[in-house]
Amino acid sequence: MMTIEQFGRRLRARELTAVRVTEECLRRIEADNPRLNAFITVMADQALRQAREADQELAAGNDRGPLHGVPISIKDLLDIRGVPTTAASRVREGHVASHDAPTIVHLRQAGAVLVGKTNLHEFAFGTTNEDSAFGPARNPHDPTRSPGGSSGGSAASVAAGMALATIGTDTGGSIRIPAAACGIVGLKPSLGEVSIDGVVPLSRTLDHVGPLAQSVTDACLVYHALMGDAGAKPPAPMPIPGLRLAVPRKYFCDLLDGEVRARFEEALERLRTAGAHIDEVEIQHASDIAPVYLHLVMADAAAYHATALETMPEKYTPNVRLRLEMGRYVLGEDYVRALAGRERLRREVDAALSQHDALILPTLPIPAPTIGAATVEIDGVAEPVRNLMLRLTQPFNITGHPAMAMPSGNSADGLPCSVQLVGRSRQTDALIRVALACESPISGSAT
Amino acid sequence: MTIESWLQAAIADAERRGLPELKPILEALARSTRALRAADFNDDASGRQSADGRTR
Repeated sequence: MMTIEQFGRRLRARELTAVRVTEECLRRIEADNPRLNAFITVMADQALRQAREADQELAAGNDRGPLHGVPISIKDLLDIRGVPTTAASRVREGHVASHDAPTIVHLRQAGAVLVGKTNLHEFAFGTTNEDSAFGPARNPHDPTRSPGGSSGGSAASVAAGMALATIGTDTGGSIRIPAAACGIVGLKPSLGEVSIDGVVPLSRTLDHVGPLAQSVTDACLVYHALMGDAGAKPPAPMPIPGLRLAVPRKYFCDLLDGEVRARFEEALERLRTAGAHIDEVEIQHASDIAPVYLHLVMADAAAYHATALETMPEKYTPNVRLRLEMGRYVLGEDYVRALAGRERLRREVDAALSQHDALILPTLPIPAPTIGAATVEIDGVAEPVRNLMLRLTQPFNITGHPAMAMPSGNSADGLPCSVQLVGRSRQTDALIRVALACESPISGSAT
Repeated sequence: MTIESWLQAAIADAERRGLPELKPILEALARSTRALRAADFNDDASGRQSADGRTR
């Protein structure tokens, strides 16, 4: 499937139309969704109407910018007026959104074509997409594998050519984990940059909205559109010679699958060869990341779900219900301790970035796990899948720094590996400049 | 409340509510809470200093 950038060039050269590409996406959804279960709701009629309007507008000289006529899928956690927001849960049965989320308003203003709403881990509370009232979404690279989560259907939809880009949410890694598992780009912007209004929350302390796409440029275009800046052009890549990157090895590189480690080290070597300067840094309190995250997300989620847990507990999938119930036992004093830990970690990541343009580390410690696996072996030790999948992404939900997952080649089994870049707080555009420069060296593709 | 007394109370409450399968999850939460409370970024009303020299 072509990128948004390629689509835009061909659209304006009159080589294709928004209708034709939307029809192609809908054809792929019809053909492959029974196998991948990426979509919960397909909005074929609305999408074709939007595509026709986009073509008519362009013919009349009204060009809305880079997303004009672009087919995009939406995680079924964001409100689209007149459409159910299921959150992949029976708890939401009967819901129909009365308004568009502000991000959806911005996408419509940018001329995007909304092809449908994608599957996710129930209420975004999981990393594998297995616990969904609509059944698990599956990885296009190997349908016996998870596409990651919680935005698993979103990532699968782009990797399978059912949409040119998608919108996800990320509370502990739910954009970056599925992007990594499916071999695409995922951007978690800085905390608070993109509106989370009209989005079913998991943790309002940690929730982010952002794009998953086929390239850094595409992710940048969608990110700007989400903020209402549809006409923004991608910034110039930062020159690689002189680029200062830092690897936080302790904790972040302690527990990695052998092939993920190999692809990461190869990416570092290519960046060095291209002229980047790569140091090592330490996040002193990295070992406290999991307890800090757990106490924040569990308590936040429990507060949101308390009433439904009392009145309709049987409507949750069993695993999600139990984790939500656990959150109801977090004490207030421990939540406050977690907030203190959050502040400490934020300062330490700020300090690590003070002399560097970005941190660089793997996104997922493992390739996409088999659906149903509770543990994965690393160096002969069985590790819980959920803990592993969150390990390298949740730190930057805690601290709020912008982070981007980028493909870094495949394992011997053909499963994608991914590298993560983390930028300075509230400097997502600067991170994008770094990512544009690093995209080819990290992927190993020719420039 | 100590972690031990909290854990006992939480497990008893979960069983009373018909959720005995919460016990291993609550035990995991207790281990995580123990780690959180042991971290050196926590405040301390006695004014004891943390490892980085800050007053806690």
